[in-house]
Order: sequence, then C-alpha cells, then structure tokens
Amino acid sequence: MVVRIKGLSKTFRENQILKSVDLEIHKAENVVVLGKSGSGKSTIIKCMVGLTEPDEGEICIFGKDMADIDYEELNRCRTRIGFLFQGGALYDSMSVYENLAFPLRHHKKELGKEKSDELIREVLENVGLPDAGEMMPAELSGGMSKRIGLARTLILKPEIMLYDEPTTGLDTATAKEISQLILNMQRKYKISSLIITHDISCAKMTADRVVILKDGTIVTEGTYEEVEKSDDEWIKSFFS
Amino acid sequence: MTTIETRIPGWVPFKSSVRGAGDFFLFYLRFVKEVFKRPFEWREFLFQCYKMGNKSLPLVLITAFIMGLVLTLQTRPSLVNFGAEALLPGMVSVSVIKEIGPVITAVICAGKIGSRIGAELGSMKVTEQIDAMEVSAINPFRYLVVTRILAATIMLPLLVVFADTISILSSDLAYNSHGDMSLSRYFTAALSKLDWVDIIPSFIKSIFFGMAIGAIGCYKGFTVEGGTASVGTAANSSVVTASLAIFFIDMITVQITDIL
Repeated sequence: MVVRIKGLSKTFRENQILKSVDLEIHKAENVVVLGKSGSGKSTIIKCMVGLTEPDEGEICIFGKDMADIDYEELNRCRTRIGFLFQGGALYDSMSVYENLAFPLRHHKKELGKEKSDELIREVLENVGLPDAGEMMPAELSGGMSKRIGLARTLILKPEIMLYDEPTTGLDTATAKEISQLILNMQRKYKISSLIITHDISCAKMTADRVVILKDGTIVTEGTYEEVEKSDDEWIKSFFS
Repeated sequence: MTTIETRIPGWVPFKSSVRGAGDFFLFYLRFVKEVFKRPFEWREFLFQCYKMGNKSLPLVLITAFIMGLVLTLQTRPSLVNFGAEALLPGMVSVSVIKEIGPVITAVICAGKIGSRIGAELGSMKVTEQIDAMEVSAINPFRYLVVTRILAATIMLPLLVVFADTISILSSDLAYNSHGDMSLSRYFTAALSKLDWVDIIPSFIKSIFFGMAIGAIGCYKGFTVEGGTASVGTAANSSVVTASLAIFFIDMITVQITDIL
C-alpha cells in the first residue's frame, strides 16, 4: 500500500467539505474518485500533497505520516508524487521545453544538458507531442496543455500520480486520448494513480477501483462494474 | 457587524488596513528568513535584474532627461533675478541627486516594475502555477519572491545613478539654450557643490525604495485570491501602495538625515 488516508476531515468557512474520509491506494493501482462538483474530491489530493492542511485525519504516503514531517521531508516526498492540475498549470513565461527542463534543473542537476534533453524528448514522445518543445503555453490547445502538464510531472518518474479533473473542458475525442494516455503511462511506469473526475467515460477507461464521494463522505467503492450495478438511485444517476 | 463597526465610521477599512499591514510584515519576515537559505536561485535572480534594468531604463532615462531640462528652465529666471545664475548647476545637481532623481525614478519604477510583479505573480496564483511549483518541490517563495525583491533592491539604485547623470546632462543642454558653458565646466560646477552627505543618504534611500517596490509587488501578487479581476486589482494596488511607501520612506529618511 503506497497511500493510506484515515479519518480525513476538512472544513472551509463553516462548510465541512470532507467528513472522515478513509482511502487506500495500492502499488500500480488506478483509483478513481467520482463525485459531483463541490463534493470535496480535489480537497483530498490537495491535502495529500500539502497544498491544504487537513483539520483532522492521517495521511500516510510511502509509510510517512504527512503531518509528522518537516518541509524538507515533505519536498522529498513531493519529488516522488506527480500532480496534474485541471488546467495544466504550465509556467506561461517559459516555453514547453523550459517547462520540462525546470524540474530537471532543480532535482536532477547531475544529469547534464545532453541527458536532460534526451529525457525531455522521451516524455514529449510519450505524450504524443514530439515537436512542441519551442511552443509557448499560450499557443497550446486545452488537450495539448494537459499533455505537456502530464509530461512535466512524468519527467521526474514519480511513483504516485494525482490527477485533478484530467478531462474537464476537453471534447470527447481529446478526453478519450487523455484517458488512454493516463492508462498507458500507468502501465509503462507502474505508477499508482488517484484520479479525481466527474467524467464517467474516463472512470470507465482508467479505473481499477472506483470510489464515489457524496457531500464529503465515501458512499461506495468497488470496481467500475460493481459500482455501476448499485441499487442506490443517487449512485445510478452517475451512470445514466 | 459588531457595535464598534456600526458606530465608528471608517472602522472596517481601518481594521482591514491594519490587518493588511500585519500580513505584509509577516510576508516580509518570511522573505528575510528565506533570503539566507540555500539553494539561492541565481539564474532567476540575474534574469530578473536584467528584466528590471533593461525594461525600465528607457523610460527612466526619458523621464530623467525631461526632469533635468524642466528643472533648469523653470529655475533659471528666478536665479537670474537674484543675480545667482552661476549657482544653477550646483542647485540642479543637489536637487536631482538628493531628492528628485531617487523619488521620481522610484515612482516610475513603482509603475513599471511594481505593476509587472503584481500582475505576474497574481496571474501565476490564479492559474495554479504557484501551486504547481510547490507540489514539484520547488519553493515558490524562494524562486519568485526572494529573487524579485532582491533584484528590485539592487537595480533601483543603479537606475537612479543613470537617471541622475542624464538629468545633469539635460540640465547642461537647457543651460546652454541661454548661456554658454562647456559640458566639462558645467559638470565641474554641478559636482563641486556635492558632498558625500548628499550622495550617500540618497543612495541608501534608493535601496529602500527598490526593496519597497519589490516587496509590495510580490506581496500583492502572491496573496491574490479569486479570479482574473483580482489580478488587475493586485497590479493596480502594487503601484498605489508602492508609490505611497516611497513618499513615506522619503519623509523618514529626510528626518533622519536632518537629525544626523
């Protein structure tokens, strides 16, 4: 087990977003968290990487309790975790090449320019954009931004990937391409993933296990097929 | 609203300003702590120095040129009336170097540099670029804030030196529109009235101006909340607050210089 979340709770301005959430992720497993907007899905992954501090609960990643580690240790953990933001969050003053070189320059200084360039070429090939190096983020489409965002997180070869609404805002065909890319990367690099989404098609394609969140609480979990067959009307509404 | 908020007009904005000042103070303390930590982001720091210096220099030089010209042309008739025309080069140099050069340059840079920093960091905040940097284990405060504040602190005094030189040059041009004095004689006359007690406080003052511009711009941008409208507010607020801070710092340094 690479991630264990126990009793996670978070309140924003008197709204309890998460209520004692328990979640586990195993090695090379894709867990998809489904839920409607405002159900607290993104808050889970933000708590995991320390962007948001939980009010209660325990988050253990790689056997370390995230509440017990200092900033330096947290950053060491973060280099093993990739996070794909909803909009890609590319650094808009840097070209695609510089976006990919940026984490390498900070964390893999020993590689040198030639090896770094080779890695950059490799990840761009993996995400299907081998010629995008000189482009600026403003020139990229939504799908391309997501791919480059994915490339930037994969370049450090993380062991866990966190995806925040990876297909939101994309057309059906591009969303399917991104979902397939997530699956390919998981298989190629044996990455454990937590995918936050309300896109059923993405969940169906990528999930080893589906967790459904309602009003900050997990209401059910299982394989996609198991959850789809649920008798609960609210859960059924996701799949209709 | 509490009773005090309803009874005292202006209490809410006053309370908000005090809270903002407190937040800024904590932000600045964090900068002081982080500036000594390693690794230092030399590449980004040098890039920011280049950007601030290179992009601001044309505007600063144009403003300084006009400043020197106007000051000379406006002051000359009064000095002629008093029979003190010969004092003009010294008067211009002392005025420019002690006060007008640093303050006008700083106000120009508050607009040019301060608004750019506020907008840039604000835009990065609302598009999650700062969060992206944080989760990729790169300290965004050290990379974005420390480098920019230090760059502004160092570049502003250099810009002031350029501005002062151009002002005195343009003053010579303005002087020679009516009179006849060689450039070298004019400079000699201008610099002969200057002392280290005129130059050093002015230089130190411009360091604080630069620090204020950088710190306020970074604070406003880094703490943006909300959407793109708040980015514009951050940029605007950076300029206004930095400009006020410049005059405030000027007032304090003049008092200190006067006492010493």
